[in-house]
Amino acid sequence: MAAPVKVYGPPLSTAVSRVLACLLEKDVEFQLVPVNMAKGEHKNPDYLKIQPFGQVPAFQDESITIFESRAICRYICEKYADRGNKNLYSMNPLVKASIEQWLEAEGQSYNPPSSTLVFQLAFAPRMNIKQDEAQIKLNDQKLLKVLDVYDQRLESSRFLAGDEFTLADLSHLPNTHYLVSVGNRGEAFSSRKNVDRWWNEISSRDSWKKVVEMQKSK
Amino acid sequence: MAVKVYGPDYASPKRVLVCLIEKGVEFETVPIDLFKGEHKAPEFLKLQPFGSVPVIQDGDYTLFESRAIIRYYAEKYKHQGTDLLGKTIEERGLVEQWLEVEAQSFHPPIFDLVLKIVFGPFLGLTPDPKLFKESEDKLCVVLDIYEERLSKSKYLAGDFVSLADLSHLPFTQYLVGKMGKEYLIRDRKNVSAWWDDISSRPSWKKVLELWPGLY
Repeated sequence: MAAPVKVYGPPLSTAVSRVLACLLEKDVEFQLVPVNMAKGEHKNPDYLKIQPFGQVPAFQDESITIFESRAICRYICEKYADRGNKNLYSMNPLVKASIEQWLEAEGQSYNPPSSTLVFQLAFAPRMNIKQDEAQIKLNDQKLLKVLDVYDQRLESSRFLAGDEFTLADLSHLPNTHYLVSVGNRGEAFSSRKNVDRWWNEISSRDSWKKVVEMQKSK
Repeated sequence: MAVKVYGPDYASPKRVLVCLIEKGVEFETVPIDLFKGEHKAPEFLKLQPFGSVPVIQDGDYTLFESRAIIRYYAEKYKHQGTDLLGKTIEERGLVEQWLEVEAQSFHPPIFDLVLKIVFGPFLGLTPDPKLFKESEDKLCVVLDIYEERLSKSKYLAGDFVSLADLSHLPFTQYLVGKMGKEYLIRDRKNVSAWWDDISSRPSWKKVLELWPGLY
């Protein structure tokens, strides 16, 4: 039996948790390798050999080292196609294209405002960094515009890419979790009927519940 | 019926155009004038709800986000034209890695520079160098990493050209043009050689010839 794959980085990191959720959905055994960012371990030369940007996560299996959470997720789904949730990244070309469309929408439209808000609302206070009110206001506005597009889409579709839960939905879990909990932005989601339904459904998946538990224990 | 690509005069749609040419896929273009606000018209928002370009129509099928579109066509026509995805699952993994690097680390700072320096004057803004120093510094960090990577590998994902390389063409073309930032590329020996290689591909030359935009 193959050794467990390795994921470098703390579960509290949104990008790391994206990969963990994917591995859990795909039933792929993994080993979490700690990277103590408070001590700057992500910038030490040994780590930079694996991830030259000094970011988390990085991923290793017996044949590759790879970084960028969304690339890691795609690789996991292709390499372990026969395991776990097979709808996560469908082999059907038109379904897959729809997944890619919404995964790119997450990366290009949802992630910028939501990750800025997560940093400002959830992490800056813990790091004793002063919050930037102008950035918060600007990104709140951007986020609401994106959620309006999502609400419209989810009126006629159970999940973003179609009838099944896919990587496109999964990719939204990490930032949204922080926004609705520590970030106090629950109302932006609950006040939009279809977004509310969708968020409740995707966040109650067993895989995500396990990731949240992992975040609490580290 | 040919694929329709909306917004060819702008950078992101060119990501799609260059890949379709590499794959030998027939297409036609539909102009969208962003300055006239045509991307906010209700009929356009039905195709692309975020009001961005590009979007493609392939018969009844609609798809948006340039990097999703290029993945779709690179896979659909895997056995035709240039192979842009690598040959193995591992090679594909590296293509995805560097395509995500382009999307997440390269694109935001270069987009900011292009918006402020190239488009600023059209929007009535004078580009204050202090405002884009942060973006230029971020871009330099990324380019330094590319310089190191390209000292070990001819292209980003390996010794084969891929979607990851081509995805850099549209916005980098601005950098080496009227922006006065060509030094960012030329000061880095390996990045410079890589840029010359990918930008001299017949596919990219064709795109520049037919849709010169604001380059």
